[in-house]
Amino acid sequence: MTAPSDSGEGRARVGRARDAEFEPVYHYYGPHRAGLPPLIPYFRELWRRRAFATEMSRATMRGANTSTFFGQAWLIINPLLLAAVYYVLVTIIRREHDPAFFAHLTLGLFAFQLVGTSITSGATSVTSSGKLLLNTPFPRLLIPLSAARTAFFRFLPTVPVYFVFHAIFLTDVWSPKMLLSVYFLATMVVFGMGLAAFFAALQVYFRDTSSFLPFFVRIWLYLSPILWAPEQIIGRFSGPIMTLIQVNPMYSMIGGYTELLQNDAFPPTYMWISAAAWALASAVIGFLYFISREREFAVRVV
Amino acid sequence: MSLLSVLSNGEVPMAVKVHDLSITYRTTFERKPTLKQALVRFGRGQRAVREIEAIKNVSFDVRNGTSMGIIGSNGAGKSTLMRAMAGILPPTTGSIEVWGRASTLLALGVGFNHNLSGRENIILGGLAAGLSRREVEERAAEVAEWTELGDFIDMPMRTYSSGMNARVGFSVAVHMKPDILMIDEALSTGDAHFREKATAKMAELRESARAMFLVSHGLGSIKEMCNEAMWLDRGKLMMRGDPAEVVKAYMKFVKVKKSESATEDM
Repeated sequence: MTAPSDSGEGRARVGRARDAEFEPVYHYYGPHRAGLPPLIPYFRELWRRRAFATEMSRATMRGANTSTFFGQAWLIINPLLLAAVYYVLVTIIRREHDPAFFAHLTLGLFAFQLVGTSITSGATSVTSSGKLLLNTPFPRLLIPLSAARTAFFRFLPTVPVYFVFHAIFLTDVWSPKMLLSVYFLATMVVFGMGLAAFFAALQVYFRDTSSFLPFFVRIWLYLSPILWAPEQIIGRFSGPIMTLIQVNPMYSMIGGYTELLQNDAFPPTYMWISAAAWALASAVIGFLYFISREREFAVRVV
Repeated sequence: MSLLSVLSNGEVPMAVKVHDLSITYRTTFERKPTLKQALVRFGRGQRAVREIEAIKNVSFDVRNGTSMGIIGSNGAGKSTLMRAMAGILPPTTGSIEVWGRASTLLALGVGFNHNLSGRENIILGGLAAGLSRREVEERAAEVAEWTELGDFIDMPMRTYSSGMNARVGFSVAVHMKPDILMIDEALSTGDAHFREKATAKMAELRESARAMFLVSHGLGSIKEMCNEAMWLDRGKLMMRGDPAEVVKAYMKFVKVKKSESATEDM
């Protein structure tokens, strides 16, 4: 019998069969030369098994006692304490007291936590699900996506908390424009998903990634318009440095988000485009890197 | 033999076809590779990965109605072959074709998250395997009852003994209504009662599943439960045929090797 790759007929059969890798009934497993499996069946199967990502995220949250009262309360207390610490810090540095700034700080911090948690919990998601990787074939991308979902559901309870501060400190800022902030929130969710997938794959090869990440995330926090507002730095820095500041994905995402929610202003067009472009780039690069590596995970993660 | 639908030309349909399969994978020396170690290694000019040739040019096909026992020494590639047939490990060269949904019970069993209860792990395992939520919830109750773990089924799996773990794993694998069942060293940790129950269940499954693969070091159970056997040694297929004959040849081979090493010692 000739090997499939030697005959034209064999190659055609392999081509047809390759699409069937994730189909439920007939499976063909062959070597992947380019590293990427056929993407359309991959994502079709990913969508079909989305219930798994949902359930895994729910179970993780149950396991971490997120569904108990103090588990839930911690999700709010933790960022609030952080906001309080930074507020004290900024007040000392600026030698002035501005309650409205506290609202700005909490809004930025809560949103940044969403991306930060996606990254840090996404990074360890694959390495901590060893047995499942070894025993069940399924699109592995579901694992970091489930971590991103967990990060989003941990972010949700902070939304009403923010609006309490908004009602106290920014009483006069209420407008229909605020609804548009959902756009920037969505870009942050997608951005976080892409980064979760990227760092989850990186963590498999370098297990100390998750130890570096908190520092990286912390520095990123300082570089993003959270402890400072975009209008405060205009004119302070020269052109190239200003561009560099604006290239930071979180500059557009958090900047646009706060403009809409707190300043009753319409963010400049470049913010809308830059936020979406970063989210898309992160998702495409993160997902493709993850998918190209995922078939090695079973031998790397034990 | 009602399950054996026979093709119009009188042939029994194929369940699994493995063609010239080789699996080579790269793995690191360290259990947990880190960037630090990679940099240290890079500084010394060492290679951080080694290649393992787990399977070398194995070809075979299995028709419906077969229960195939796989035997071999530790590290012969038995588990790798099972994972490849389940679609977990990609072939390096060659191909694998599988007709039907495979359910696996591989060496480590289910229970990947030890903070979750047995029931939650069953549900997650089922969803990962591609069942719908409704199907999974129906089966989870059935599986939970079949394990006879009582209240333990709703306790975190870190409180389970290894035997209880094995029970959950086995129950999940057999209740997913698989077309092709793959079991790797599953029955070694159960107690006598459970082992008997499991053996009966496997006999029942042999009637309903299209094919079954059993990896075991218990040569007796291979002879008892399988109607064909395969012997792997260091990634190569040494022999395939009647279980009694394959076991006999394997025993002979192991004994020969033993006496050789014994003479080396002297």
